[in-house]
Amino acid sequence: MLPVSYYVGLSAVLFTIGALGVLIRRNAIIIFMSVELMLNAANLAFVAFARAHQALSGQVFVFFVITVAAAEVAVGLALIVAIFRTKHNIDVDQLSSMKG
Amino acid sequence: MILSEIATSGPNFFYLAPWLVFIPLIGMLTNLLIGKRLGEKAIGGIASTASGLTFVVAVLLALSLRAYPEGTTVPFADWITIGELQLRWAFRVDTLSTTMMLVVSGVGTLIHIYAIGYMHEDVRYKNDPGRFRRFFVYLNLFIAAMMILVSGDNYLMLFVGWEGVGLCSFLLIGFWYEMDTLGRPSTANAMAAKKAFVANRVGDFGFLLAVLTMFWVFKSVQFTDVFASAQQIAESNPGAILAITLFMLLGVAGKSAQIPLYVWLPDAMAGPTPVSALIHAATMVTAGVYLVARTAPLYVLVPQAQATVALVGGLTALFAATIAVGQYDIKKVLAYSTISQLGFMVAAVGMGAFVAGMFHLITHAFFKALLFLSAGSVILGVERGHHHAAHHDGHEDDHAETFDPGDMRNMGGMRKTMPVTFWLYLIGALALAGIFPLAGFWSKDEILAEATALNFTVYILLAIAAFFTAFYMGRQIWMVFFGKPRHEAAAHAEESPPVMTIPLMVLAALSLLGGALNLPGVETLAHWIERTFETFGVKLHPAEFNLNVAITSTVLALVAIFLSWLLYGRKPLTDGQPDPLKRILGPLFTGMENKWWIDELYWAVILNPYIALARFFADVIDWRFWHDWFHDTVIAGTYQWLSKTALNVWADQRGIDAFANGLGNTTKALAQRLRGLQTGFVRNYALSVFIGVIVILGYLILQ
Amino acid sequence: MTPELITFLTLALISIAAALGMLFSRNAVYSALFLIANFITVAIFYLMLGGTFIALSQIAVYAGAIMVLFLFVIMLLGAEKLGQSQTLAWQRPLAILLGLGLLGELGYMLATRPEMLTGGGATPESFGSPLEIGRLLFREYLLPFEVTSILLLVAMIGAIILTRREKTRV
Repeated sequence: MLPVSYYVGLSAVLFTIGALGVLIRRNAIIIFMSVELMLNAANLAFVAFARAHQALSGQVFVFFVITVAAAEVAVGLALIVAIFRTKHNIDVDQLSSMKG
Repeated sequence: MILSEIATSGPNFFYLAPWLVFIPLIGMLTNLLIGKRLGEKAIGGIASTASGLTFVVAVLLALSLRAYPEGTTVPFADWITIGELQLRWAFRVDTLSTTMMLVVSGVGTLIHIYAIGYMHEDVRYKNDPGRFRRFFVYLNLFIAAMMILVSGDNYLMLFVGWEGVGLCSFLLIGFWYEMDTLGRPSTANAMAAKKAFVANRVGDFGFLLAVLTMFWVFKSVQFTDVFASAQQIAESNPGAILAITLFMLLGVAGKSAQIPLYVWLPDAMAGPTPVSALIHAATMVTAGVYLVARTAPLYVLVPQAQATVALVGGLTALFAATIAVGQYDIKKVLAYSTISQLGFMVAAVGMGAFVAGMFHLITHAFFKALLFLSAGSVILGVERGHHHAAHHDGHEDDHAETFDPGDMRNMGGMRKTMPVTFWLYLIGALALAGIFPLAGFWSKDEILAEATALNFTVYILLAIAAFFTAFYMGRQIWMVFFGKPRHEAAAHAEESPPVMTIPLMVLAALSLLGGALNLPGVETLAHWIERTFETFGVKLHPAEFNLNVAITSTVLALVAIFLSWLLYGRKPLTDGQPDPLKRILGPLFTGMENKWWIDELYWAVILNPYIALARFFADVIDWRFWHDWFHDTVIAGTYQWLSKTALNVWADQRGIDAFANGLGNTTKALAQRLRGLQTGFVRNYALSVFIGVIVILGYLILQ
Repeated sequence: MTPELITFLTLALISIAAALGMLFSRNAVYSALFLIANFITVAIFYLMLGGTFIALSQIAVYAGAIMVLFLFVIMLLGAEKLGQSQTLAWQRPLAILLGLGLLGELGYMLATRPEMLTGGGATPESFGSPLEIGRLLFREYLLPFEVTSILLLVAMIGAIILTRREKTRV
């Protein structure tokens, strides 16, 4: 059995990459995928801690996170479709009409 | 005894007393509200009916008084309740007040009827027929006010009537307010009205002081209360009674035209002649006499006040009589005669001869109303003649401006043109002169007889005044009715219509027979009025017929008439001739002619300094000091400086505005900077969240 | 080097490479494919950590359903590539810097606080089995589980309403 810290470290790396994806990319779909990556990294940490603490609740939480992610994807993608219909673009930098 | 039994079981009409005031008021309101749609006859009819019904009520009250001679008070409504002052609106019905009611409404009704004819012509000569209605509205209002005056059961109610009649007097003197007595555009009539009002105001001031002093001393202004405690107060505080009575004398002098306030009455002749007869001869001006008689219980307690009142009356009687001798205007002569006769009455009530004063009041109301109304008839007759003549000659305009129909120098010989008026006038004049057996003889003689017993100085004054009275009346008769017409208008004068002459005939009959009211030995009036005085504990001096006095005054009157015949009757005046008396009396006559320059004296001593003072107050104190300096410079200047500089610039602009604007500007500037943060890029926002995560995580690590 | 460590390192390398591939792919379709690869490696990690049920859910829901949805949308919109843009050029280096900072912080925590990773004793045989998970879900977490169904329903309705074309109003 490998030390749990390995998995947690990997989770941190994946989370950071996801965060960078959100900050760097302009494509709304890729940003969305980055968010999924971050969720995934968090799930990994959950499972790792569940293992470390012998607490099955961590895995149950992952189950809920996956469910919420599914719902989020459904709504998020619907939003992207709606935006694309009006703007004919999914570049988030084009959506700056709320500029102060 | 049977008679008195019938009398005591007789009807009681006292409850009708309020109608004395309401009937004329209803008449007034009727004419005021719907009179515009009615004809002159209807208007005059309504007003005269109102006055006549008032007379009927007064008669009914008098009948009731026969059964209940002690009189009564008819309460009507609560009026004023302030602390100790509890006043009600109540009608005092006793023999004294009822006598006044009878005179006022009786003579008033006759004058109302006469006025229908008189005003019909007057409004046409003055080219404003619409004013006919207004005249009768005023006249009914006057009757109502006069009824309040005589029927009030307290001094304040009396004062209300007192002021009400003063108002009517003012309105009626200034009835033709936009012209003078000759109909020329002028403020003369308005000035006369104002003069009457102001002179009366001085008197009213005295009256009011008297009432206030009375309330202060007696804690009441009700007749019964005051008279009941008069004796007691007179012992503890005689000065107060003296003050009340003397203040009241000032009021009497104002209303009844006594020295020194009589000057308004001659000018009051500016009003239409029925007004002169009703208000300024028969009724209103006698209110002062009534007041003194009413207040008899107080006057008898202070002999000094009585002496003063009597002296004022006597002096006025003589003084005014001398002026009447020098007048040319037919109404002015009568006006001064009225003042003189009022002097007789005031002297009488002042001496304590209350019955004699009231008797003369009644007879004087008859014959002076007769004289005034006849004079009005003469004036209208001359006016008619003037129009007639002018119409024939075809030069109406230059005459209309300058001709004075009231000037006796324009008359003469009117015995033939106006025979009815002549006889009526003659009766009035003889009654006034005191010729046996007319009304004036009896009443004047009673005053003179009382004066010999009570106050001999006053008797002398009055006897001389009586001589002058006979003289100026003789002069007037000769000048107006005898000789030859001195003007074509007098030559063409026409007799007045029956609506005017019939009331005159009634008055003439009363002047002839009025003496029967109080014949020596019978003394109906004395017994009648005595009851009221007895109620208040005033012992009247028993009147005695004094044959010596009667003979003396009759002789004096006859001599005076003879003298007037010598001067004016034997050789009638010709046109433009100066008065023959002027040759004989010289400067004295000039004095009489110019009313002894009393008006001028008042102007020089009181009015001009007063006006100068008023101007000074108005121009210097009020305008320059208060308005220009104090208000404009000090207050307005300070305020403007305060508002413009101190508050506006410093406090408001630099303080509050700067703070408020600074707040806004700062917020705006800050927002201008901060809005840069809102780039609208969602990735930027994500970056800030990310930074936040790192910072919080760093904080947790370092903790 | 145990075989287990070698497996882990290999898979970790593949996982990070796939993540980076997703991050830097110009084409959104490639990104999606890289992400699927990443999800699969993560599912293997779950298996290694004893989460059998979770690992299978990961494959079925994430790598299967969700990513298919992503690909479907990308292809539907035809927006797999975006044009060049100069906006927010400065954010990229800053973001990388911050990412490194975050990584440093997490690494520091991992290194300094080992106590949070220790606990428990021997792992029971049935740990992470569908039976255990199911028991937990339908007992202690029954209410959240039911609420999740409502959440999914709401998400479904929301997606339908958002993508529905507005009816032109008369």
